[in-house]
Order: sequence, then C-alpha cells, then structure tokens
Amino acid sequence: MNYEVVIGLEVHLHLKTRTKAFCGCSTEFGKEPNSQVCPVCLGFPGSLPVFNRVALDYAIKVALALNCKVQEYTKFDRKNYFYPDLPKDYQISQFDLPLSRDGFLEINQQGEIKRIGIIRVHIEEDAGKLIHRDEVSLVDFNRAGIPLLEIVSEPELNSAQEAHEYLVTLKSVIEYLDVSDCDMEKGSLRCDANISLRKKGDKLGTKIELKNMNSFKAVKDALDFEIERQAELLDEGKNIIQETRLWDARELKTMPMRTKEEAQDYRYFPEPDLPPFIIERNKIEEIKKGIPELPREKILRFMKDYGLSEYDAKILVFSQRNADYAEKCFKAYSKPDKKPIVNWLVGPALAATSQSRPEISDLNIPPENLVELISFVEKAEISNLSAKLVFTEMIKTGKPAATIISEKNLSQISDSGALNEIIELVIKENPRSASDYKAGKASALMFLVGQAMKKSQGKANPKVVQDILKRRLNDA
Amino acid sequence: MAITKETVEYVTHLARIELEPKELEKLSRQLQGIVEFIDKLSGLNIKDVLPMSHALPINNVLRDDFPRESLPVQKALLNAPAKEGSFFVVPKIIE
Amino acid sequence: MELNTLTAHELIDLLKTKEVTCDRIAASLETRIKGIDSKVKAYVRLDKQKEFKNSGAPKPGSSSLEGIPVSIKDNICTEGYNTECCSNILTGFKPPYDATVIRKLKDAGASILESKTNMDEFAFGSSTENSYFGPTHNPWNLDCVPGGSSGGSAAAVAADEAILALGSDTGGSIRQPASFCSVVGLKPTYGRVSRYGLIAFASSLDQIGPITKDVTDSALLMNVISGYDPFDSTSINVSVPNYRLSLGQDIKGIKIGIPREYFIEGLDREVKIILEEAIRELKNQGVHSQEVSLPHTEYAVPVYYIIATAEASSNLARFDGVQYGFRANEPTRANLIEMYKKTREEGFGEEAKRRIILGTFALSHGYYDAYYLRALKVRTLIKEDFDKVFKDFDCIITPTSPTPAFKIGERMEDPLKMYLSDIYTISSNLAGIPAISVPCGFTKAGLPVGLQILAKPFNEEILFKVAHAYEQRTAWHKMKPKI
Repeated sequence: MNYEVVIGLEVHLHLKTRTKAFCGCSTEFGKEPNSQVCPVCLGFPGSLPVFNRVALDYAIKVALALNCKVQEYTKFDRKNYFYPDLPKDYQISQFDLPLSRDGFLEINQQGEIKRIGIIRVHIEEDAGKLIHRDEVSLVDFNRAGIPLLEIVSEPELNSAQEAHEYLVTLKSVIEYLDVSDCDMEKGSLRCDANISLRKKGDKLGTKIELKNMNSFKAVKDALDFEIERQAELLDEGKNIIQETRLWDARELKTMPMRTKEEAQDYRYFPEPDLPPFIIERNKIEEIKKGIPELPREKILRFMKDYGLSEYDAKILVFSQRNADYAEKCFKAYSKPDKKPIVNWLVGPALAATSQSRPEISDLNIPPENLVELISFVEKAEISNLSAKLVFTEMIKTGKPAATIISEKNLSQISDSGALNEIIELVIKENPRSASDYKAGKASALMFLVGQAMKKSQGKANPKVVQDILKRRLNDA
Repeated sequence: MAITKETVEYVTHLARIELEPKELEKLSRQLQGIVEFIDKLSGLNIKDVLPMSHALPINNVLRDDFPRESLPVQKALLNAPAKEGSFFVVPKIIE
Repeated sequence: MELNTLTAHELIDLLKTKEVTCDRIAASLETRIKGIDSKVKAYVRLDKQKEFKNSGAPKPGSSSLEGIPVSIKDNICTEGYNTECCSNILTGFKPPYDATVIRKLKDAGASILESKTNMDEFAFGSSTENSYFGPTHNPWNLDCVPGGSSGGSAAAVAADEAILALGSDTGGSIRQPASFCSVVGLKPTYGRVSRYGLIAFASSLDQIGPITKDVTDSALLMNVISGYDPFDSTSINVSVPNYRLSLGQDIKGIKIGIPREYFIEGLDREVKIILEEAIRELKNQGVHSQEVSLPHTEYAVPVYYIIATAEASSNLARFDGVQYGFRANEPTRANLIEMYKKTREEGFGEEAKRRIILGTFALSHGYYDAYYLRALKVRTLIKEDFDKVFKDFDCIITPTSPTPAFKIGERMEDPLKMYLSDIYTISSNLAGIPAISVPCGFTKAGLPVGLQILAKPFNEEILFKVAHAYEQRTAWHKMKPKI
C-alpha cells in the first residue's frame, strides 16, 4: 500500500566561537581529554555562567537566514536530567521563549521549490563525550559547554530524499554564514529525525525517533529503512510502537534503543544565573547587514545575470567560495555568453579539486588567469588538448597560461607554411588513405588529420590541417 | 492537594534519591504538611501579575569571546572519586 | 589586652601604630579557638588540621584589611582549602579556584582561615543543627542554637573566635544568626556582592555578606567584597560608595516605616517590647516613624519555600558522585542509576533530601503552574509592597526574628515550625533588597535580640547610617558572652 511519509528533523549545530558558551575555555577539537575545562564547564560548585556575545550574534544570524522571527525577549532555562556527560545534571537551554520561531528553508525537489517550515531555532550548551567500556564509561568534558543551536523543522518532509536535500541546503546556508564547521564527523553538526507513516488523508501516524546517524547519507538510509519497515508492519495490519531507534551503520538497519526510556520530566524553569535578553531592533538590523547573499538567491541571480542553467548554477553556488570564484571569472570574461567559463569550472576545475584542495579557489589560479587560458583556446592559439595540459601546469606552478605555453612550446600551429611540411609527410606515409579519400571515402580524411595532429604533438590547429589536406588532395 | 506515596516515589526517582520505606513514609507526611501550607497561595488573585524569576530587572549580560586559560588536567581531576588517565570514570550506564 | 576580642577597625589602628603585629593577632585567635571551640563548635574540621593556618603573608602595600583574619562559611570556595558545605556529599572537596570574595579579601591583604565555619548543610536551615559535623552552640547559652544557616560564623564572631566573618543569606541565614548571637549581620542588595564561588542554594536569592562585631566593621568588610564581577551575570554594575562615609551621620528626619504585619501573633512578647524600646531610641535621635503595610507578608514563607527549594533541587543535582566529592561504595556490577541514588541517599542529610524532593515536586510535570509559576507571581506582589513603601520611606524597621534563640533539638522534628523562624527575613531576599541586623537588647533569660533595618536596592548606606547611629547610643554590641 502507498503511505504518506511525514518526517521532521532536529539539527544540532556547534557555533564556531573561539570560547565555549558560558566560559572562556577553548572550543578547539581533538585535544587531550579534560584539558579544555574549567570550574564553569565542569559544573563545579559555586561556578556561574556568563554568556558569549559572539554566540548570540551567530545564533541571531542563523535565525535570520532561516527566515525566523527573532524574539524581542528571550531567556535561558534549565533542562533538568541526570546523565554523566552533563556536568551540572541540567543543561542550559531554552524552553518557552526561544531565540526565534516560525522560519522556513526552501529546498529544491525535482526542479520545484518546496518550503519547509522551521519551528524554532534556540541556543543551548553541548554535553561532554562518553566512551563506553565493558564495565565502566569514561567521561571527557572538553565538548561540554560548546554553544549549540537546535534547529527544529516542521514535520513537512515527505521522503528520505527530501530530508537529505533539506540537510544539504541547510548546511550550505550555514556555511555561507560562516558560523559553524558543519562537520558531522567531528560532531559539529548532528541530526535526529522523527518519522511516521499514514494513509493519505488519515491523521498523523505513530512517531518513531531516529538517532545515531553520523552522515547525511546515514540519515537518508535510516529514513529509507524505516519507511520500508513501518510500511511492512502497517501492511500486515500491525501497530507501530512509539519508540526511539538507533541507526546501525554497519548492519544498515534501525534497532530499538537498548535503554528503556522513561517518560521525560525535564522540570524546565528559568535559569536564575542568567538574566534575560532583550534583542533590540537595531541589533537585528546590524546582523542582517552582515548576512551574505544566500545560495537560493545566488542561484537565481546567476541564472538571470549570467545565463546559467539551474543545474550549473546549483553546482557552482553550493560552496560560497566556488561561487565567488565563478563570479570573478564571469566578470573578467567580456563576452555575454558565459558558457565556456561554466564548462571549464564545472569540468576540469571541479575535477581538479581534492580533499586537500576542496574548492576551486584552493587551486591557486587567479580567476583572470583562468579566463586568459580560455581565451587562448577561443582564439585558437592553443588546442583544447594543450589547454588541459596548461591548466594542470598552472595548478602545479602557479604561473600564468602564456608563460607555460611558451615554456612548453604549446602554441598551436596555424601557419600553413609550417603545416605543409607535416602534411606532405603524412600523405607520403599513408598513400592508401589518401587514395581512399580521393575515391570518395570521407572518413579517410579524419584519419589523416589525426596523423598530422600526432606528428605535430597536438600543436597543429586541426581545422587548418583539414583545410590544407582537402585542398591538397582535391587538387591532385 | 494530597501527596500520595506514588507521587513521592516518582519525585524521589526524578531527584535520584533512594529512600528507605520508613523514611519515605515520614517524608510523605512532612511533605503533605508543607504542601498544605504552601497551598495558601492558591487563594490569591494573580491574574495579570508577571512572574519574577530574578531579584533585579537586568538584562543582556554578555562576555567577549576571548579565551581564558583552562584548568590543568590534573587539577580538573583532582577531586574525582574515580579516574583513569585523563578521564572521569562512571559505572556502566543501564537505565 | 586580648587581641581576639577587638574589632577589625581597632586592630587596623593598632597595626598602623605598630602596637601589634599580624602574628600576634593570629596567635590570640588561635589560642581562643583552641580554648573554647570544643564548646561552641563554630569551626569545622579543626581536628584534621595540623596547625591553625592563615593564607600567608598579606600582600605588601598596606591594603585595607592587611593582616586581619577573616573566617569563611563552609559554602564559599577557597582554593586548596576544603569547602564542603558541611555535607557528607562534599567530603574532601578542595575547590580548584577562589570565590571572587576570597580573591578580593586576599587582594586587600586579609588572611583567610583554613578552617571554615559551621553551617546547616548547604545552608538548609535556621539553626546550624543540619550540619554533617553536628550543631554549633550559641555562645550566650550553649544549650541554644546560634541560628542559621551561618550559625558558625555568627557564633565565632560573638565568642571572639573570629575578627570578621563571611556568611551567606538566602532567607535570613546571615541576619537571624546575627540576631541570635548579638552581632551585626548584613545581607547586601542582590547583585551587590559577587556570588561567584558561593556554592549555590537558591541562585536568585543567595547573597554573601559580612558578620561582624559592630557596624563599622560591617562597612569595612563591605568596602572590600562589594562590586561588579564579570564572572557573575547577576552581579550588577553600580558603583560602590565608601561605606565608612555613612558612619557617624545625623539621622534626624529619616523616615522609617514599621510594617504592621510584622507585629502580630507569633512575635515573642519580650522581643516586641525590646523592639519598641529600640524604635523609641531612634525616635529620640529624630527619625520619623510611622506604621506601614506590607500586605503580602503572610505569603512570603510559602513563596520562599517553593522558589528556594525548586532552585536548590536543580543546583544540587550536580552532586552525583561523578566529578568531585563523595561517591557511595559501589556494589559489584553497579550501574549508574544505582550509583546516583546511593550516593545521594548517603551523601545528603535529612533536610537536604526533604528540600530537594520538595523542589523537584514543585517543578515536576503537572505541578509547575500551581506551585512554581504561582510563587514567582506572588514574589512580584511582595516586591511591589516594598516599592510602594519605599516611595515614602527611607527604610523599614522590624524584628530580625520573631523569637530569641531556641533550644537545640526543639524544632528539629517540625520542619514547618523551623521554616517559620525566617518569617521576617525572607521577604528581603525575595525582593532583592538589602537588610541589616544589629543587636538591640537581651531577654530576661539573657538571649540576644536583633533589630532589622531594610532599604531600597543599592541603598546599604542608609542601613549603615541608621544602624551606626543606633549603635553609638547603645552598648549591646559591646556585651560579651561568658563561656
């Protein structure tokens, strides 16, 4: 049977402030356990929190970029529960007056724009890290107190693919804002999902919470698995039990959480150690000014101003630095049709990026130099084949195209005088093909052109070679 | 409002405090008395009164994002009832 | 001359003229503590220390408290010195940092006593009987309680076992013991003194304050410990006046309100008479007094017990045996929940458990609106009562406590009755306003009585002004208990 899938995502995001949310400890990743802690983030008796100004600014920035209404009055609350990774056995979080509410994120689904509601964006502190052994657990509090944003979507995603697209789009927006590393491996971006199935028109089905997904792909896989599992149960007329399930990335399946969950009673109450915040209109305006053009608008503008297809625009805009690079190229290139530039960017340029040089701009080629290279090809000064060689050399040496062309002697030979010699040689060496062509076999000509190109080490201008060959064989 | 033994059991579990049955009973009785006393508040008209979570009306207290020195690991772990290397140690987690 | 019997300002004068040395002051205090603390039990863990220790040589450059020993309540963090809140659950806890007030005292050249003063466990109490180390005895009558929770600090000052002391006040914990022991205790305006390093009981009510032999010492100590602290978000950036300038002023024309709700059933007859006498004395000095009303007074105790226990239940969650303090012996194959529950069962005393459970209840699902939220709203009404009175009056005068010190053990089985002994002190914590208790007489049985003065936020100056003027015309603060 066909079911409607209803998915909501809860994303937790580390803000990349230099220090933790409520103390001056560094947020640097990967240090010796419990070396980035102090009385405050260890929850030592008597210590008190003081909130990080930059964390607030970053949080407002994200809220605005997600089209949320930033609340005029906001405050912290304590969320009380016992867990050994929680130093105070309560988490400083936000409950009834979160920083912001009622936003949306637009995602692209098969060429259609779909608007996914954002219920709220609020600030909280991260917990420490537990390492489980057979008989005991080890606790490292370096991560405890790092500022965290919780971004809760409406349950408006209708497939695993949509959920994936939401995450990719969200990550791209956050990266444009430059407020988080968004690195799931390091835990600076985490995602939980809730999912239910229902027959079209029915009321919402039983919700399953999914946790322990460590990549966007894992989120998608876990949701796909869950959709299938629930659909089978429903087909058999069975009930779905409300529970939390964990994704097992090795077994590729979800499993009910081993620990039994009790009804949560977090006893939220206003954090008495932190006075509330009144967020002034002009503060919001100031932060708004610092928000760059976001991916969605940039894609539309690239399509409109530079004539890009949506496909190409999306590829280039995905990363802000690529987009900036592309735009500089477009501006340096005087012709109105930017297609040759786009082809180079989404082709050889992106292909040359790697883990160590993840963005086009990391290739160390100034945009003007790339444009110059392309114009050499257009002016037939070098062949396409040579151009790729030159490009590789440019990445390696950082030299401009012109230098490399002359150093490597890669200029295309279009001078008929120089080419005549080669062509005479080719005809002499391949009399059979020459006569085939004369007898009306057109394909023989291409073979001869190829031979000439080979002899010239790729430097011959194939069009000129062809012209000369035709003239020479037709005359004879 | 009546405080049942179940309520007290539920609350002691939330607060992670074990109580002997005798203690639990005594505490239930005392809590009943205290709750009856604090129920005094239910007679007041508090419509339109704003709650007061802080003694004084201040707001927007913020700190600059400048790093400060953390504790040396040894000092952080000095008071730990159980430790291993640079870690705090807790018993196995089964809920 | 026994140096330990002098006030800090007297000792400072003697130090200036080189008539005494810091070492001699310390030595006389040590002798006194060794001599009588086995009876008073104002200090804890004395037996565990090899010697009576000061924090070391005062910083050069003659600061305001150079060489003056200060005794510290066991809930204020002192780096490297045990700070246990007189609770088993913090056994052996040595904070890795100093509270802001301790840092300020050290900067002023004071010496910090390694032994801390006794208190009700986590400041939960009004008698110092809820201490893991056993009760402190009232120097005026060893069968009586010294009040609480800062009973150790008040008794130490009263018994000349301390020159200056710090206490903390959440619902009267400085003022009520000060009144029971005939010393001066001040609860500053909320936010006036940093709470950083004060082990929290109820964060929105707690304040650290001085317990001293006279008003001048109180002002002296306030000059050192007051002021904005960037480590405490609730500390307030209001400039601190020199409180000594408030001393020796004429109080003629000052308008004093006497709240009628404080002079009703429950107020001890003798205390009432002594209070009326004190007010007459002030009138003789030219103050105008008039009856006023604080209509929501009767709700202060229930509001307090909801808010304070709710905050405490959360503040004390961290005592779970993971990072510091006591952890219950683990049975083999123990799991985490068992460890938590055993640790907290064995680590906390009876009153602590009672309050944690009451506070957890007040915040729990289904009860929050009926108890906690309602209490926060009534707190607003209580504060507004004060706002109204302070529009027309400079300060308010009340008894500090409805009764003098009671017998040890007398109220232990009746928590509610114990809670009611804070009835006159709680409102100022709820409203965040400053209040001072000064000695104003003795009952026929020889037990001290205290006079409480309350003022607007950040107006400690008027408290010092009135209290000092009163003290100048009376000799109560000069009386010494015979132990």
